[in-house]
Amino acid sequence: MTTSTRVTAHQTARTKRAWAVKISGRGRSPSPPSPSLVATGARCSRSATRATRRDVLVRFFLPMSVVRRNNVTLSGRPSGPPMLFAHGFGCDQNMWRFVAPAFADDHRIVLFDHVGAGGSDLSAYDAQKYASLDGYATDVLELCAELDLREVVFVGHSVSAMIGVLAANREPERFAKLVLVGPSPRYLDDDGYVGGFGADDIEELLESLESNYLGWSTAMAPVIMGRPDRPELGAELTESFCRTEPSIARHFARVTFLSDNRADLAAVRVPTLVLQCSSDVIAPLEVGDFVHRAVPDSRLVVMRATGHCPNLSAPEETVAALKAFP
Amino acid sequence: MADQGGDALYAALGDDDAEDLYENAPCGYLSTRLDGTILKVNGTFLRWTGHRGEDLVGQRTFADLLTAGGRIFHETHYAPLLRMQRRAREIAVDVVCADGRRLPMLVNAVVTDESPNRPSVIRAALFDATERRQYERELVEARRRAEESEARARALATTLQESLLPPAPPTIPGLDVATAYRPAGSGTDVGGDFSDVFQAQGGAWSVVVGDVRGKGVEAATVGVLARHTLRAAAMRTSRPKLALQTLHQTLEREPTERFCTAVFARVRRTSPGRFRLVVACGGHPLPLLASADGSVTPIGRHGSLLGVLEHPSFVDTTVHLQVGDAVVLYTDGVPEGRRGREFYGEERLAERVQSRRADGAAAVAEGIVEDVVAFQDGVPRDDIAVVVLAVPQGR
Repeated sequence: MTTSTRVTAHQTARTKRAWAVKISGRGRSPSPPSPSLVATGARCSRSATRATRRDVLVRFFLPMSVVRRNNVTLSGRPSGPPMLFAHGFGCDQNMWRFVAPAFADDHRIVLFDHVGAGGSDLSAYDAQKYASLDGYATDVLELCAELDLREVVFVGHSVSAMIGVLAANREPERFAKLVLVGPSPRYLDDDGYVGGFGADDIEELLESLESNYLGWSTAMAPVIMGRPDRPELGAELTESFCRTEPSIARHFARVTFLSDNRADLAAVRVPTLVLQCSSDVIAPLEVGDFVHRAVPDSRLVVMRATGHCPNLSAPEETVAALKAFP
Repeated sequence: MADQGGDALYAALGDDDAEDLYENAPCGYLSTRLDGTILKVNGTFLRWTGHRGEDLVGQRTFADLLTAGGRIFHETHYAPLLRMQRRAREIAVDVVCADGRRLPMLVNAVVTDESPNRPSVIRAALFDATERRQYERELVEARRRAEESEARARALATTLQESLLPPAPPTIPGLDVATAYRPAGSGTDVGGDFSDVFQAQGGAWSVVVGDVRGKGVEAATVGVLARHTLRAAAMRTSRPKLALQTLHQTLEREPTERFCTAVFARVRRTSPGRFRLVVACGGHPLPLLASADGSVTPIGRHGSLLGVLEHPSFVDTTVHLQVGDAVVLYTDGVPEGRRGREFYGEERLAERVQSRRADGAAAVAEGIVEDVVAFQDGVPRDDIAVVVLAVPQGR
């Protein structure tokens, strides 16, 4: 057997053609696009479908970085004093859809998604940067700087209440008021402090996330189309609401529920409203009271609303409490 | 008749007792107010959990029945979903039973429409998911193991790949040397490209770039064999074509079906700023000489594939390098980088080399790789290996 028949015997026709290419530099055949390019295309079309016309205009005319990274949505009176609404752990800026419109006549309304949530740029997720709430506070300050927001009324729900505290402590001149909805500076119990949770509870939460995000990747695919059968959601709100990439959700849960920002409260120099629900298993009354006592210039309003999300369950009462804060 | 009697019995089921249908349904039913306070619960749920109806109705919320971690999930995900979408599907919860046992359940829930004399309520159907949850845990565990072994495989591929490439280009007196490498695709597989720069006998240096047909561990082991064979051969002969001959014979004797291409160059300083370069090629793209006068020309003759033919031929070609000259050795991943039907090609390569020639070897090598990768929209289809030698000014 000669060596050349050895090649013929053991290499497929395709191989030989490939080698003809190698030797002669000719004889090329086309191939399907690579999987990663297809994936990029899918991502683009997703964000395009999610965006409303206003979003598109905003994205087109504003600097791209933070606006795109945090999926910033602007509405309300452009010349009005800015109100910046920040969502908590679990869902996205749609948490404010029953509250924010009530301020649109007088204020410039700024909504955004934390990186990792909603329509944010997942590729901007950096586990190191977001290993503490400071990374999220940095994003808030970058957003304020990029949109040149001054005299900001910051309304932060749940973990974003503390993110707002951190941001306001770093640049107090930027903020006019802080509204903390269901804040908790520490979720874990400590000596002489009742946060409401033990370390085991957080492990249970992570397990709960794990079993509820099993179908995440496959469930995301049909999400993009919007749901005309449920008009109450609006075109852009889809089942992606309250869905986060599983590893990011896990990480955000750890950062949120293991943080301790009690020491930051005393440093707040901005007038602060603490909005406390009357029965909140995540941030109980004692915790809201602790925040109120620790923040120097603060007012505590205990709402009739129960649960952890008065912005969804009692929007009227939430709006009224916000408007009553001078 | 018995059949008729049976039919009659089945027909009677048509107006089955709705109460019984609710109480003893094959799933748990739970109706709550929007704030979660339990309004009504069926017998199935009570039997499964051991709770008593009077302890739940009007007394507890649905979230009260969950673990503490589950309550956080309930408040941050499930409750907002219900508020916004008026329904939730396949939510996994652990219900804490009366005896403290945890019952894994799947919940489907809807919020009923409000009417003047009927406030809206949450209706939930709960299914025992004990075995499913167990299976899911196993799946999660399997995925974790798969991710671990993928990480191990990736580390192995990286280590193997590193053994095919010089760790850092050595310093050759008076000559500027740079190497660059970029694996195909996402870099999870080990490629067959290899390169080497090492000192040979008599003050000369050897430069090797080669390409084993195929990919994966087998191709890589052949690449390692080729690289070390050429190192050993360079100790015995100063003629590149004889080194390639040795490699050819070695591959022929190997039981592998793999074969390769390689270019072997020997470079030696003849006087300050002047080098003598002898090149032999075994079925490999010819190195390019970018001269200080602006021309770019291939060096040498193609020669035979290594490890294939019975009577291969290799030819030594000698060129002289002077100040400002640069020589580029590369694998076919460079010219055959493809965008649609268009190839990166030798002409583009020649232009790139000539335009960066004055910036030094590293700028040329990195420039080529960046350019070829960008040409393919960031995802190269084949490995790219490049070695650049440049004779710098003023040394």
